[in-house]
Amino acid sequence: MPGLRDLVKKSDPLTGGHRACAGCGAPIVVRQVLMSSKDPVVVVSATGCLEVVTTIFPYSAWTVPFLHNAFENSAATCSGIEAAYQALKRTGKIKEGQHINFVAFGGDGGTYDIGFQSLSGAVERGHDMLYVCYNNEAYMNTGIQRSSATPKGASTTTAPAGKVIPGKVQFSKNLTEIMVAHEMPYVAQSAVGFWRDLTSKAEKAFSIRGPKFINVLQPCRLGWGYKPADTAAIGRLAADTCVWPLYEVENGKYKLTYKPKEKKPVVEFLKSQDRFRHLLKPGNEAILESIQKETDKRWEALLAKSEG
Amino acid sequence: MPRIARTGNEAMAEAMRQINPHVVAAYPITPATEIVMIFAGFVANGVVDTQFVAVESEHSAMSACVGAAAAGCRVMTGTSSQGLQLMSEILPIASALALPIVLCEVNRALSGPINIHCDHSDTMAVRDFGWIQIFAENAQEAYDSVLQAVVIAENMQVRLPAMVTTDGFIISHCMERVEALEDAEVKKYVGEFKAVNSVLDVGKPLTMGCLDLQDYYFEHKMPIVESMKKAKDVILEVGLDFGKQFGREYGLVENYKMDDAEIAMVAMGSTCGTARVVVDELRGKGVKAGLLKVRAFRPFPAEEIKQSLSKLKSVAIMDRSDMFKNQGGQVFTEIRSAMYGGANSPILTNYIYGLGGREISLDDIRKIFAEQKKNAESGEVSQLIQHFGVRI
Repeated sequence: MPGLRDLVKKSDPLTGGHRACAGCGAPIVVRQVLMSSKDPVVVVSATGCLEVVTTIFPYSAWTVPFLHNAFENSAATCSGIEAAYQALKRTGKIKEGQHINFVAFGGDGGTYDIGFQSLSGAVERGHDMLYVCYNNEAYMNTGIQRSSATPKGASTTTAPAGKVIPGKVQFSKNLTEIMVAHEMPYVAQSAVGFWRDLTSKAEKAFSIRGPKFINVLQPCRLGWGYKPADTAAIGRLAADTCVWPLYEVENGKYKLTYKPKEKKPVVEFLKSQDRFRHLLKPGNEAILESIQKETDKRWEALLAKSEG
Repeated sequence: MPRIARTGNEAMAEAMRQINPHVVAAYPITPATEIVMIFAGFVANGVVDTQFVAVESEHSAMSACVGAAAAGCRVMTGTSSQGLQLMSEILPIASALALPIVLCEVNRALSGPINIHCDHSDTMAVRDFGWIQIFAENAQEAYDSVLQAVVIAENMQVRLPAMVTTDGFIISHCMERVEALEDAEVKKYVGEFKAVNSVLDVGKPLTMGCLDLQDYYFEHKMPIVESMKKAKDVILEVGLDFGKQFGREYGLVENYKMDDAEIAMVAMGSTCGTARVVVDELRGKGVKAGLLKVRAFRPFPAEEIKQSLSKLKSVAIMDRSDMFKNQGGQVFTEIRSAMYGGANSPILTNYIYGLGGREISLDDIRKIFAEQKKNAESGEVSQLIQHFGVRI
């Protein structure tokens, strides 16, 4: 497992000077994942914040090969590159010894929603690639619209907190469990604020051949409404309140990778962000209660499946 | 040169086998499914080196093709109708990235209502995406054109994706005699793929597919404009060279008995075969009839068409697709535009025909030529645009 000392010595796959918001969690996810690769990487990104802030022509923040195709197809595009790699290797155009790690990034919109079919197909076909969802729980690039990753009660521009409807009515889709149901070699959940957790998972993923999926909760200071300096703290709070447990599933075996010392109430997480502010007003107690109940249910279910 | 009996789909799959592309990513759709099926058999039996990606949709097919082509590979696929529509978001990305992907397209009516038979509405719907479009009249042309499309698309002056189309069922499923090349001939003819850039080149990292706004986007569309201009010459050169090497010459258009023609039909695809018979018949009766086959629809051979038609009296322009704009079909619209400003212009009339696979018979074509004869004699247009063969 790489230590911080090792990581800082590595060449940066994503240079500074890109146009992400101050306090954006996405570049943190990218760096921690890619720096965990011992082998060269080739990166694909879905349309979204990451692609927009890092590739505005004539500039590029990428020091590794990078391809952006469209919104819903980063997994399919990456699968095409991986197929090309296999073909060139077989015909002797690429040396056998040179391994390349293929990494596709997508936001939650590009992963949970519009890119879900593409992801599911690529995983079923068994391509040797890692898909990383930088999950900021809404369509942030287009201006904070709800996605199926948006948690219940959050106010977004397409599910705003109004006089009649208090933000998003539905709970988030549990995509990580859906990916587990693909019976793929490696699935994990991590969050910004846990560098060792994410780098360990990425390193493990890169050591496994076949499809891998990591869902990383990525606090978004603009869409979630908090001070830029709090990104990592809010990521940690998500794990401490169990709204976003950190775990991995290797060949079907569940393992919790972080167990909070003291499970904090969900309201601690909710009150740290503007997107939930309306829920703290009187009259919304039932919604808060339902969020706590669902969080507990999912946490208990995870505990029951996990070892250690 | 082996002579074989092949359907259009089999001929295209055979061309693909001989081309032996690095990657094929495809999804089944009637009437193009066979191309993919037959090719999957080649993969399963180890007769090609291709990495075959059996994707979960045409959208992913074209997405994977873009990924593989950006990784420096020769890439092919096949589809039809709704499949081409589902790919359509990614088609202009392929041309913008200068990826010479070759697509075997089988023309089929677009839904709705759902229909599996031939018209050109699917291919026409993607005509403005920077793809070369070549229409084949029969299985032989489909085979020859797929081979040529690889050479045209990969030409360093062009570097654009290309689709070769056959008419659904009429060509795709009908058995014809096809003269195939030897495997070694094809290997030599298409040559080694020359990659320009590759995302697999980890020593020379490239960022491909950048965000490109007001300050650069316009300039970055210009290479497609320039490549399409050059593609005209390259299609001609390649067609001529193919003739020299293998005895079958091709061009952007084909003039059939047009030299002294007074009336003519302009058509694309399988209808040309039917029209030839009627032209021969009319010639036998002393009627100066001709056929202008448009083989390349993109790039559009405006000058060539103008040259072919300007001395005529009356021309029937056949469109197997409607634009629903009250101004006729795509071929008619483009030819009218091409003829504008010329000293001589014949009477041009538009026949929108054969939608959803409605048959066009010899009698139908006889009738259309008879109308042209009438127009030529009277100097008047009886009906500018008609939906020919539709029940009223």
